[in-house]
Amino acid sequence: MSRAGSIHRERYRRREDGLDVRGRAWLVIAAQALRALTRKKAFLYLMLVAWIPSIVRGVQIYVAANFPQASFLAVSARTFRDFLDQQELFVFFITVYAGSGLIADDIRANALQLYLSRPITRMQYVAGKLAALMAALALVTWVPATMLLILQPLFAGNTTFIRHNIYLIPAVAMFALVEIAFAAVTMLALSSVSKSRWFVAVLYAGFAFFTQAVFGATRVGLQTTTFSWISPFGNLVQIGDLIFRLQPRYETPPTVSALILILLLVLSALVLRRRIRAIEVVT
Amino acid sequence: MADTVAATLENVSVAYGRQWALSEVSAEFPTGAVGLLGPNGAGKSTMLKALLGLLKPNAGTMHVLGLDVETAALEIRARIGYMPENDAHIPGMTAVSFVAYCGELSGLPAADAMQRAHEVLYYVGLGEARYRTVETYSTGMKQRIKLAQALVHDPDLLLLDEPTNGMDPTGREEMLALVRDLAHNKNISLIFSSHVMPDVESVCDTVVVMNRGRVVMRGPIAALKGPSGRMFEVRIKGDQPAFVNELRRRSFDCREADGDVLRVLLPAQADARELFAAASVVHAQVRHLKASLPTLEDVFARAVGDE
Repeated sequence: MSRAGSIHRERYRRREDGLDVRGRAWLVIAAQALRALTRKKAFLYLMLVAWIPSIVRGVQIYVAANFPQASFLAVSARTFRDFLDQQELFVFFITVYAGSGLIADDIRANALQLYLSRPITRMQYVAGKLAALMAALALVTWVPATMLLILQPLFAGNTTFIRHNIYLIPAVAMFALVEIAFAAVTMLALSSVSKSRWFVAVLYAGFAFFTQAVFGATRVGLQTTTFSWISPFGNLVQIGDLIFRLQPRYETPPTVSALILILLLVLSALVLRRRIRAIEVVT
Repeated sequence: MADTVAATLENVSVAYGRQWALSEVSAEFPTGAVGLLGPNGAGKSTMLKALLGLLKPNAGTMHVLGLDVETAALEIRARIGYMPENDAHIPGMTAVSFVAYCGELSGLPAADAMQRAHEVLYYVGLGEARYRTVETYSTGMKQRIKLAQALVHDPDLLLLDEPTNGMDPTGREEMLALVRDLAHNKNISLIFSSHVMPDVESVCDTVVVMNRGRVVMRGPIAALKGPSGRMFEVRIKGDQPAFVNELRRRSFDCREADGDVLRVLLPAQADARELFAAASVVHAQVRHLKASLPTLEDVFARAVGDE
């Protein structure tokens, strides 16, 4: 041991204070995951691009509120629904970019045993990762949509629209929650099945495109939207329309769409339960 | 549970599918430095993981630091530092961030965790490299940082799984010096799992020897090494297997050491001339005879041989 090492060895001290193990580990994990994301330039650029539609919508709200001749831009409940529809593309890209490595990287580096050998439950570990991804996704869905809702009365100088459409506040929150929770939970489940974030990204994108393509093919071939339940995005559309009190755009009953989404969430939870372990048991 | 006991296992069995990794294991780990010795696949790592509550045993009960592993796993893990056998880190982090993060995960406040991270990194000899990402570390440095993350929250008990694996001789000596210092000067109990007997011997006072999922021997190393009797190194010219059989027929412990050298433990009442007598029976000549001291390797060979 070097002389410096010997000196520092003397510095090692036992702690007097106790440890705080009251289940805040998930917050520590979430904060760390978000810090790691915000250190990546690509993620920051992606977030900036994802905010461009919000700015455009803000201009639309301002113009509609202050220039009567621009009545074709008038704000309605559909405006907010469409905005969240547009953001689905960014939800997809951010989920793939930010979520694919959340657990896969830990598995590759054997980090699960480091987490789970501490006073942390598997549930807290998953909650931390989930919170990080959901927070990133909320920044491009719930946060800008809510800001637009706040901007509308500020630009209009009255609260008429918001008073008549007060349900939009919980509707935006609820749909954003459904959308980002579904994306985050399914992505985490996929991230737990591989050591490679690239494989996970391809798997997620493949699943999304394949199901959407099958739905598209049935729609064109059979001239019906009854099979929208095949696509998770189709199901989200149905649920979104229901939440925003709009006519569902596909023929699949919203209850079927809800059941499909719940089924996928349960499957994802089962995958996470099986895969998040400190040791890999090969039998 | 007395403060003199760090961990106990009572009739613990753990199976991976149909394969029993631990079979009705009962053992007591006193406070201080205890070696967990055994060949690869003996069940050492499984035992450590079971003590951490990461593996649920098929049968049996375990207590660590006086707490039941089944009902108080989280409280136990807050007081344990675990250094896993294989390479493990959080990707993309510098050493100091990694260790501080591990401290926070263990329940340290953020500022305290960062301060402790700097301290333990200096302690394990990584002070100058603490701002490098862990991925760029050599094997020896990775072993040290695994020790640092296990120490950051100042545990009462350290579980070290093959801590000198892959280290060069100098690094290995430094790691053993650190572990000795922790056990003997910093009052941290530790269970030192290894298949390298000299490592265990240089750090630990007590040893638990495992083989094929069972505890085959345990106790203070001095007591295990020092049965009444004397150890001899013997080399013969002639039929060595027949000579070994003859020694065993006379109830002498005997095993092969380096090359053609045999290590033979003679009971206290026996005389070294009995070795010449045994050689004479099989028409062999004793070419080399040297008094030796029993080592942990002899203890281990005897324990595994009894299996």
